[in-house]
Amino acid sequence: MGYEAIVIGVSSGGLNALMKILPFLPENYPCPIVVVQHVSPRSDGYWIESMNRTCNLNVKEADEKEKIERGNIYMAPANYHLLVEKDKTFSLSTEARVNFARPSIDVLFGSAADAYGDGLIGLILTGSNSDGAIGLRKIKEEGGLTIVQDPETAESPSMPLYAISASSVDHILPLDEISGFLKGLV
Amino acid sequence: MAAKDSTEIEIDLLLEAIYQKYGYDFRQYSDAHIKRRIMNRMVLSGYNTVSEMQFQLLHNKSFANDLLHDLSITVTEMFRDPNFYRSVREKIVPILKTYPFIKIWHAGCSTGEEAYSMAILLTEEGLMERTTIYATDFNQRALDEAKQGIFSNNLIKEYTSNYQASGGRSAFSDYYTADDNMAIIGQNLKKNIVWANHNLVTDSVFAEVHMILCRNVLIYFKRELQNKVHRMFYESLINGGVLCLGSKEGMYFSELKDAYQDLDPRQKIFKKKY
Ligand SMILES: C[S@@+](CC[C@H](N)C(=O)[O-])C[C@H]1O[C@@H](n2cnc3c(N)ncnc32)[C@H](O)[C@@H]1O
Repeated sequence: MGYEAIVIGVSSGGLNALMKILPFLPENYPCPIVVVQHVSPRSDGYWIESMNRTCNLNVKEADEKEKIERGNIYMAPANYHLLVEKDKTFSLSTEARVNFARPSIDVLFGSAADAYGDGLIGLILTGSNSDGAIGLRKIKEEGGLTIVQDPETAESPSMPLYAISASSVDHILPLDEISGFLKGLV
Repeated sequence: MAAKDSTEIEIDLLLEAIYQKYGYDFRQYSDAHIKRRIMNRMVLSGYNTVSEMQFQLLHNKSFANDLLHDLSITVTEMFRDPNFYRSVREKIVPILKTYPFIKIWHAGCSTGEEAYSMAILLTEEGLMERTTIYATDFNQRALDEAKQGIFSNNLIKEYTSNYQASGGRSAFSDYYTADDNMAIIGQNLKKNIVWANHNLVTDSVFAEVHMILCRNVLIYFKRELQNKVHRMFYESLINGGVLCLGSKEGMYFSELKDAYQDLDPRQKIFKKKY
């Protein structure tokens, strides 16, 4: 169906949720994946290393100006906003927090929707705030595919609930089914 | 290359107008960042299109000022990234100690927190008396604030914790006087700081210096512009001088990366080769 990239937003309960999805994607998965996970501003990204060991895809922190390429799962660095440029490279920004969050899911999703249009898949997972709802709506407006974790299966249901109420999302899926669904899509 | 959509064309025209009318050149800043800032201002001021803002930009001085301020992100902290300042103490101070006079250039100093942090650090290391810090930015509003050296009381907790984590040798409260709302930086920290308006894109080499800090500024520039500014830094630094970038900024794409050696790659500290 020509999807080019996946963006994922996740907050509290995030590591567990990601561990139920990312390690199940195969090494030759055709879409690059970009993740905003809310972490403390002082986090040194130690969890990225451990994630890399359990995933088939290469898990790394996104570098500024880095070209976004398949085979990789990119994590937003702590305390910076992560944006996608039209030429499919990353920009970082220290602009103020958006909805108390830096990195902000809305900022990533909004810029990625501009860059990938209907080639983008957006996914909102567990979290106890409202970040990502506006960004997911923007992805939908640009013709992308939107997926939200079933709030019933979320450690913190707020973020999925806000996302669901902000726009008509395409799929609401239990956590266990998300990796299979993503594999089937592309 | 796909056709540009209308908003992108309008943004290009707006940046062109800013450049021609006010002399600030944002045409080689990262597109996603510029678009975000402009759309933010558009929504805040209730316009429906960027074109409507074009008229305001050209004919309404206070609107233009607000927009220019929006386009420069001034977010900063005292002792931001404490591990960076720890590394300054351990790896750069010994180099600086070898010079009888020290000149430091803080490019993109915003509201001055970094320059004051450095002044504190150098005071503790016994170097401030022989140092001049040139703190520059193109945002006059931020510079005016910086000169005052006043910050809100509710930041003290965070700054104190940053300061301690950075290896501070004293009590952070030694460096300011506080009332119920505000904390004011001590006068003696300000003595050797020179504040100046300098635009990295449109102005030329600034001074011959021993150390340059330009943290979290180049991330907003496209690659070509980054390279241009890197050339300017290279020309401004003495041989053996030190360049410090933001913790997520590298020399990866700089044509000049081989002209430097790593002093602390994790903290993005580089030393100009002899
Ligand atoms: C995010 S702040 C960084 C402050 C500080 N260096 C830090 O890392 O905490 C970026 C600063 O760069 C300044 N800046 C952006 N473009 C500039 C230019 N062309 N010339 C000079 N300063 C610029 C902005 O005005 C802003 O104060």
